[in-house]
Amino acid sequence: MADSDRVVTVPIGPQHPALKEPESFMVDLRGEKIDAVRMRFGYNHRGIEKGCEQRSYTQDLYLVERVCGICSYSHSTAFVQAVEEIAGLELPRRARYIRTLIAELERIHSHLLWLGVAGHEIGFDTLLMYTWRDREQVMILLARLTGNRVNYGMNTLGGVRRDIAPEMLPEILKVVDSLEERTKSYIELAQTEQTLIQRLSHVGKLSKEDALRLGTVGPTARASGVDRDVRRDDPYAAYSDVSFKVVTADQCDVYGRTVVRLGELMETYSIIRQIVKNMPDGPIAIKAPRRIPEGEAVSRYEAPRGEDVHYVRGNGSEKPERVKVRAPTLANFSSVSKMLEDGYLADLPIVIAAIDPCFSCTDRMVSLRDGVSKDSRTMTWEEVSRMGIRWHRDRGLDFSGLRIRGGAGA
Amino acid sequence: MSALLNLVSILIFPGLLFLLVLGLAGQFVDRKLYARLQNRVGPPWYQPVADVFKLLGKEAVVPEEADRRMFTMAPVFALAAVIAAYLYIPLWNTAPVFSFPGDLVVVLYLLLIPTLTFFLGGWYSRSIFSTLGAVRSITQLFAYEIPLLIALLSPALLANSWSIAGMAAYYGAHPWRWMVNLLGFAVGIVTLLGKLERVPFDAPEAETEIVAGSFTEYSGRYLAFFRLAIDSEAIVSSSLLAAVFLPFGLGLPAWLGVIVYLAKVAGILSILALLRTVFARLRMDQMINFCWRYVAPLAFLQVIIDLVVKEFV
Repeated sequence: MADSDRVVTVPIGPQHPALKEPESFMVDLRGEKIDAVRMRFGYNHRGIEKGCEQRSYTQDLYLVERVCGICSYSHSTAFVQAVEEIAGLELPRRARYIRTLIAELERIHSHLLWLGVAGHEIGFDTLLMYTWRDREQVMILLARLTGNRVNYGMNTLGGVRRDIAPEMLPEILKVVDSLEERTKSYIELAQTEQTLIQRLSHVGKLSKEDALRLGTVGPTARASGVDRDVRRDDPYAAYSDVSFKVVTADQCDVYGRTVVRLGELMETYSIIRQIVKNMPDGPIAIKAPRRIPEGEAVSRYEAPRGEDVHYVRGNGSEKPERVKVRAPTLANFSSVSKMLEDGYLADLPIVIAAIDPCFSCTDRMVSLRDGVSKDSRTMTWEEVSRMGIRWHRDRGLDFSGLRIRGGAGA
Repeated sequence: MSALLNLVSILIFPGLLFLLVLGLAGQFVDRKLYARLQNRVGPPWYQPVADVFKLLGKEAVVPEEADRRMFTMAPVFALAAVIAAYLYIPLWNTAPVFSFPGDLVVVLYLLLIPTLTFFLGGWYSRSIFSTLGAVRSITQLFAYEIPLLIALLSPALLANSWSIAGMAAYYGAHPWRWMVNLLGFAVGIVTLLGKLERVPFDAPEAETEIVAGSFTEYSGRYLAFFRLAIDSEAIVSSSLLAAVFLPFGLGLPAWLGVIVYLAKVAGILSILALLRTVFARLRMDQMINFCWRYVAPLAFLQVIIDLVVKEFV
């Protein structure tokens, strides 16, 4: 091993095979041990919150759905719930049930995806291939139910856009049965496969006190023994009609987080069975006004990654005055540096992956100004554009003479 | 005439050309089997060849910071050492191309060189990921090399010959006595996973931690040579295990002997592919712990078994 007194800095990210999105971790290493980690956000800011203020509520639904590629339905539902609360809309029962159904199907595909990514991060690619093959079943089912694999476009103000045909209900149960079988075999694998247990146990420790202090949410918190689940504590959609167990673990490590997610999958299958069995008849949506009255609301939603919080303020017009998204990754992110303390470099990918991070959902523009620094200044859009053209021209790239074939030309 | 014959055996058969063809075929077997075990389709049979030609056609970048000579020489040395080792291993009969008393140790030494070139190539790349990969390669070497050495020497103790050809002759004369060394064979397979840097011992090139380890900065024909060397190393070390631990069917007619030899190598490659399907990657400290706590004692147990058997037969 390397000289244990020498500290080397390894840049994990912004571009690195372990990360699916750009994010920077500067890791100081002593030999193979981690000395310190400096994390940096902000490579993926997309200005969605600002974009929401410039669009109508209905358009915002589709924009907000694109906050995340995995838990798209979580963001869409959290947003629409906040707007419905401001407008005072009471949802039909069938709409509530359909929302719950799609939400739980999304949880299945998100947790199976996570299991595969976790396998890949510890070099267990067979697990990745198997879980993603099984995940395909639920993806196809979602495409059949909603018309889309990822961004379902199911929600609308006052209900859902598509009804679930009665002949689809047995199809849903069939997929659930098959996935339950597969999940049981993964649970058995997690309990018996020695290399898997060795790589996950006692890695990324986070005590219950730290989990509470750092404000972690979702499976990350529940694996540290924090018994919290918005679905039970503050029920929305049809969660007050179904019975389920909140899965917790006391291992406080990555293995615990795996156990919690696998346990949640089993609970999800039971929720879906109850929903399908008790699916009420009736309309799937009520008419919503175009103008949402003045008011504000905070909506909580248990996304697969943890509690998702949306804040919406209406000003009586067709467009919201302010939309604020707090993605679950933001709540969990601060715990990562705690988990990495005294860890190995080899454990860094799995520890980061264990919070099931979604960096681009989390990225916000924060600008801190001291008023003294000369480097920071505000530019208008035209100034930025001119500066970009000048920057490229100085380096020999000039597109001003470019003519687009078939088009009008510059 | 004999010089010409030697040249043919070094360059064409069973040297460079034959070994490269076998190496690429072996890579295909490994990838296809790995894919099928993971419920994937896997590559077509010509994929390894296509990969080599693609790499040869790509720009070969040498990092500015890197030591140019060491960086470019490392892949060539790796391939040369592997081919040299192959010439001393009996394949389908008891007579390899070259042989002398004690060549078993020389073959082991030659098979050590690829790992050293991984270290040197990575170290002289001067990139942080390469350096970490290089250090891990050499750390891992100390964990698996000694159990491998002991496991390979124990059949030699029984045969009372330190040349692979001599061992093959002994086990040819005493059929079924190779069964004594099955424990050593298991040790050999496990340590081979370390030597070839395959899951669960692929920490030196763990993609999710250190990108590609020693090979991070390699591209174009330099990478192609490294890949060829690794593929050939898989064939050579499997052949070595087959020659030392599975010395049966050596007196057969040439065509049947070749089939038996290829079957042995394919069998060993399949075991390696199966093992890398069912395990997760071990951390460096876990790998070293595992090798010294379980694999090394088993290798010593094999030595004791061989000494006892030798006393009584």
